[in-house]
Amino acid sequence: MNQARNFTKGFVRDNPVFTMMLGLCPALGTTTSAFNGFGMGMATLFVVLMSNIVVAIFKDFIPNKVRIPSYIVIIASFVTITDLVMEAFMGALHAELGLFIPLIVVNCFVLGRAEAFASKNTLFSSIVDGIGMGLAFTMALTMLGAARELLGANALFGVELVEGDGMLVFVLAPGAFIALGYLIALMNKLKKD
Amino acid sequence: MAKKESNFKNMVLTLFIVTLVASTSLAVVYEVTKEPIRLAAIERKNNAIREVVPDFDNQPNEEEYTVEVNGEELVFYPAKMGDELVGVAIETFTRQGYSGTIELMVGLLPDGTIHGIEVLRHAETPGLGDKIETDKSDFYKQFVGRNPADFNMKVRQDNGDIDAITASTITSRAYCEAVQLAYDVFIEKKDKK
Repeated sequence: MNQARNFTKGFVRDNPVFTMMLGLCPALGTTTSAFNGFGMGMATLFVVLMSNIVVAIFKDFIPNKVRIPSYIVIIASFVTITDLVMEAFMGALHAELGLFIPLIVVNCFVLGRAEAFASKNTLFSSIVDGIGMGLAFTMALTMLGAARELLGANALFGVELVEGDGMLVFVLAPGAFIALGYLIALMNKLKKD
Repeated sequence: MAKKESNFKNMVLTLFIVTLVASTSLAVVYEVTKEPIRLAAIERKNNAIREVVPDFDNQPNEEEYTVEVNGEELVFYPAKMGDELVGVAIETFTRQGYSGTIELMVGLLPDGTIHGIEVLRHAETPGLGDKIETDKSDFYKQFVGRNPADFNMKVRQDNGDIDAITASTITSRAYCEAVQLAYDVFIEKKDKK
């Protein structure tokens, strides 16, 4: 398998958010600013990478009929570890994302990688896939967060660019859907070219 | 190696091992992060106390006491320099926020003058109600250095002296109420002595 292509496939062609439409709950819920989106992306990257590694190593020991519950337990463990470690050492970020970290468990994007990729490929391919897909997810969330922060608060990564209030709707829930819609349109245009 | 067969023994054994390993590793991580999480929580509280009262040299969080009002508890943190009381940090709250409870740390000088206010927790609308946070707007400055006995701590819409945050009258009203509660309890307690 071509590892370079394996690594880059998630960024545009198979982007988890813009193309596969997976993990939209955290993608919409946490991206009120670019930094929050980035933090959520990184937490997900860690979980998807670790679960990919474990699933790839033990795939032959797990009987087919119980593979999904096994994967869920593995993913849930890593999510809880992430949650505890973030609470202990990254208090500020955890306060912002707190509610959404446990929800990584039900992020079908993570289970999707375990089921669709790691359970069928070698350990090395799975590591590359986990990092690539995790970074692609982070990129998507950071883009969405940046777009919302820029339009909604006239700021980027917490730095105010223009004085005054932005279009507040973009920071609120409806704006998440609007911004996501335009970003998907943009990505589709990119894919066609 | 061939994939394990999905018979009863294999499935039970696999799930047993997966859950055993998962719960063991979680227990380990929990033990490791327990202390840092506790310290981080104390640190956050101490920072808030330090922000709202004058310099002190005691440990306010070790001398805390609670005062009960209408079935709710307010926590008092006395700040002392030497043996002299220089101020009291009061953890107060209101349930009248636009999205639920707002928790504040209000610092009062011994005569009741407000020395500082920090927001501990809130879920107000980003971009509107969250301007009650001290680093997001100057709203809190209307309170600092003033004694609630000398001015009407209500928003202008309620014939008070406080300019509400634009488009966040409910949040501003709740904020005033929480500060007023802290002040009332403080005075009541002082009069009893």
